[in-house]
Amino acid sequence: MTRFLIPIFAVMLAAAPVHAVEPDEMLANPVLETRAREISKELRCVVCQNENIDESNAELARDLRLVVRDRLVAGDADDQVIKYVVDRYGDYVLLRPPFKASTYILWFGPGVFALLAAFGGWRFYRARAVPMVAAAVSAEPPPPPLSAEEKRRLDKLLKDSDGAGDPA
Amino acid sequence: MPGDLMAAFSIAELGHFALVLALFVAIAQSVVPLVGAHRGDAAMMGMARPGAVALALLVGFAFCALMYSFVVSDFSVSNVFENSHTDKPMLYKISGVWGNHEGSLLLWITTLVVFGLAVALSSSNIPPQLRARALSVQAMITVGFLLFILLTSNPFERIDPAPFNGRGLNPLLQDPGLAFHPPMLYLGYVGFSMAFSFAVAALIEGRVDAAWARWVRPWTLVAWTFLTAGIALGSWWAYYELGWGGWWYWDPVENASFMPWLIGTALLHSAIVVEKRDSLKSWTILLAILTFGMSLLGTFLVRSGVITSVHAFASDPTRGLFILMLLVVSVGGALVLYAWRAPQLKGGGLFAPVSREGALLLNNLLMSTAAATVLLGTLYPLIADTLNLGKVSVGPPFFDGVFVPLMVPAIIAMAVGPMLAWKRGDLRGALGRLWMAAGLGVAGMVTVWLMRGGAVGDILASFGIGLAIWLFVGTIMEFGDRIKLFRAPLSESGRRARNLPRAAWGMTIAHAGIALIVAGVTASSAWKGEAVQTQAFGETVTVNGWDFTLLSAETFEQENYTGVRGTFRLSRDGEEVALLTPEKRTYNQPPMPTTEAAIHTTGLHDLYAVIGDPTADGTAFVTRLYFEPLVPFLWYGAGMLCLGGLVSLSDRRHRVGAPVRRREAKAGATAAKPAKA
Amino acid sequence: MKKLIYLVPVIVLAVIASMFMVGLGRDPKIVPSVLIDRPVPEFALEALPDRGRPLSSTDLKGEVTLVNIFGSWCVACIAEHPVLVAIGKTGEVPIHGIAWREKDPRDAMRWLGRHGDPYDLVGHDADSRVAIDFGVTGAPETFVVDAGGVIRYKHIGPVTPEVWENTLKPLIAQLRKPS
Repeated sequence: MTRFLIPIFAVMLAAAPVHAVEPDEMLANPVLETRAREISKELRCVVCQNENIDESNAELARDLRLVVRDRLVAGDADDQVIKYVVDRYGDYVLLRPPFKASTYILWFGPGVFALLAAFGGWRFYRARAVPMVAAAVSAEPPPPPLSAEEKRRLDKLLKDSDGAGDPA
Repeated sequence: MPGDLMAAFSIAELGHFALVLALFVAIAQSVVPLVGAHRGDAAMMGMARPGAVALALLVGFAFCALMYSFVVSDFSVSNVFENSHTDKPMLYKISGVWGNHEGSLLLWITTLVVFGLAVALSSSNIPPQLRARALSVQAMITVGFLLFILLTSNPFERIDPAPFNGRGLNPLLQDPGLAFHPPMLYLGYVGFSMAFSFAVAALIEGRVDAAWARWVRPWTLVAWTFLTAGIALGSWWAYYELGWGGWWYWDPVENASFMPWLIGTALLHSAIVVEKRDSLKSWTILLAILTFGMSLLGTFLVRSGVITSVHAFASDPTRGLFILMLLVVSVGGALVLYAWRAPQLKGGGLFAPVSREGALLLNNLLMSTAAATVLLGTLYPLIADTLNLGKVSVGPPFFDGVFVPLMVPAIIAMAVGPMLAWKRGDLRGALGRLWMAAGLGVAGMVTVWLMRGGAVGDILASFGIGLAIWLFVGTIMEFGDRIKLFRAPLSESGRRARNLPRAAWGMTIAHAGIALIVAGVTASSAWKGEAVQTQAFGETVTVNGWDFTLLSAETFEQENYTGVRGTFRLSRDGEEVALLTPEKRTYNQPPMPTTEAAIHTTGLHDLYAVIGDPTADGTAFVTRLYFEPLVPFLWYGAGMLCLGGLVSLSDRRHRVGAPVRRREAKAGATAAKPAKA
Repeated sequence: MKKLIYLVPVIVLAVIASMFMVGLGRDPKIVPSVLIDRPVPEFALEALPDRGRPLSSTDLKGEVTLVNIFGSWCVACIAEHPVLVAIGKTGEVPIHGIAWREKDPRDAMRWLGRHGDPYDLVGHDADSRVAIDFGVTGAPETFVVDAGGVIRYKHIGPVTPEVWENTLKPLIAQLRKPS
């Protein structure tokens, strides 16, 4: 999307269109070329911001596309090609960060969030399912002005639920 | 000429002066009504309304002053010099106002005060205390941003002597889609400030009830609708302008707009539970604070340079620090207040996990998880760097990988939720009523899979299409159930449809829109066809059964650019369907190449052609040809989301005064109302 | 205990905000090299026209050297060059050059003729293969290679007198100390 967002205002050195992968770089063998394209999409262009080398118009990205193709022609497997580039530029070039100690937070994060959400939901329902009279103890008088109708509702609510424990 | 110059001169200074005045008004506005509400002093609370009007007039004047400077190309204003040029068409002179850091900040502030004005002038049913407090909080945010603009980013700064002409606007931005994208986005971002202000006001008051939710919901809906439109416009622009048919890149700047959207979507749904069941109150307050927090966070990310992004304004750590302070003071302050007051928010009507409320809560949990995931991925390069874990990049492969599994349950649940009754639903019954959606979904999935040749790699994408069908059919069936379609005479169904609350219409439209988006996302990610080659004149290249023949190419000149225009004949089975004329342009000021893709849409798919550089002998061109399956569905879907928001909003207008009247009437039947959303 | 959970959001914000504070002081675009403390890659470059023997990896063994990536197309290199020329005159350390991605190697010779030639050996890397082996992201970059042919340091961007005095020179002295 967006490259849009911002309006992009000022700089946008990197997003000039078109000079992504060019025909003269491509391999005659369609199977290898397809693999090259896929690999290129996993590799970050190190001089641009956040673009993969397949889409980038930077010269270094072009050089790297050629390197990727050379390695494939030389018979490397996909992960060997990627390792070749990582050996020179580090994990920084991987748009899919490697799974290792320094990225555990990243890879486990979404799962942890999902568990937290599930736990929050469970707590919420459990707190409501077990009516606790104790709630009345901690209940502070709500500030004025309450209409008669609201008082009636409030009384009813305080009677049948402890009212605490929203999912946080 | 000297007269013009003098006029222009004083107008920019007046604009600056108006901003200074606005600062003082905003300071008064953030104190007086608040104190008034505390003391129960009607006169002091009454100041909120004229205060909001004055703020809107002053800031509005400043905005017009800047726009005037752009329109008359007053290059003695540094901002105009940096971002405009006499050759530019008028539309882009105007959009140049917000096409830069200072001007866009002024647009932010303008939006802030316009929302304040709208609340101040809206029907007088909001309790005066709540209104006074919300407007005070809104004014506090305004103070922060006015200080920001006055201290670090004055859009009216002069240069002397005035240059003869300006530097121009990045040609990629000289585009109608992009001219309106930022204002939409800001209306969304900033619109959430109103929900924030209401939330903080409610915390100060220590009281959240159905009426509160009903006040907040329309403002959230307005902001959400604008944000949706803004994101969609940006996506659409990237699609046709960047030259290879991508529409979402998981760039930090995109994520910055997507996170408030996700949280805002959660807020829209949780506010319904507050309204209907008087439950999830402190959670909803938290969402209201976080939605605006995410907007500020996005602004910070985009303007501070802490994260690398393709676009982003020229980054500046000083500005970054200022926005960070704003973020910490406003959102941090609100969260401290939250930690203190939220535990006292008692209440909570009961509902079972399987119920309409339960489904809305599930939506909340999934949306929040999704937002947290996007936040983690966006910030992780920064987190890793701060913790000295090395430099890492987090790109589309990560986001696609973690986001899709979160969305699958959300989409499955989305069809079921509206079928469930309030308080305690019947899951088996709901699923029973969805048999047709499930059947068609599975049938669609299998059909698509077989049509694609039954390859293992197509299973997931076919499943995505099945999901879209499930959601679409399920949504329509729910609507059909409500109006007793085919179970009652058509006239009866028609009558029921007319009487259905607008909010119910809104939900149906928006949910069906999501179904279209799911289909578009799936198909265009999985089955995009592409051919990149050197194509000679007369040569035909076939992409997914569509023949692109390069007929000719000629150079041409325009006011502010020169270009090459290629002509392709697009045909299918030998029949000409359309002529496509993509262009490659080189702008004069600033000198920069752009591509203008030519897109033919069948309504179902797009055929997309881009022309590149000629070969040395000039007999052939580099061409990029794409088959973009179901991409139009993205735009239809986005349009339906916005339409759903608007339709739902029109319902609100009728009902804005309802809680008060109801209470007066002592009907005591709030929960029995027919609203569904 | 129950109330503590309401503190979570503000704590999360505090953590994020403090990370932003740290982040504001850093440049996200600077990527440290992964080649530090690894042997220089094997390479043998072509010579520039009429400039004698070209640079190859075997030349980087035996003594501490600087390897500078430059190009006649590179604007920042012009800013850096007088510093290199000055260092070259002192003879404190041999400086080798890699002329990167010249359209025509004679451009590099003309450029050196105009701005001075501080280099011991120069090789031309037309297709970026050696630059990529060195993990170069842009010109100019300067590597410090020890006597064993191991990369010890990489400086990204122009070498300034301060960089030379405060970083490179002390490092070279330290590397020369027999360990």
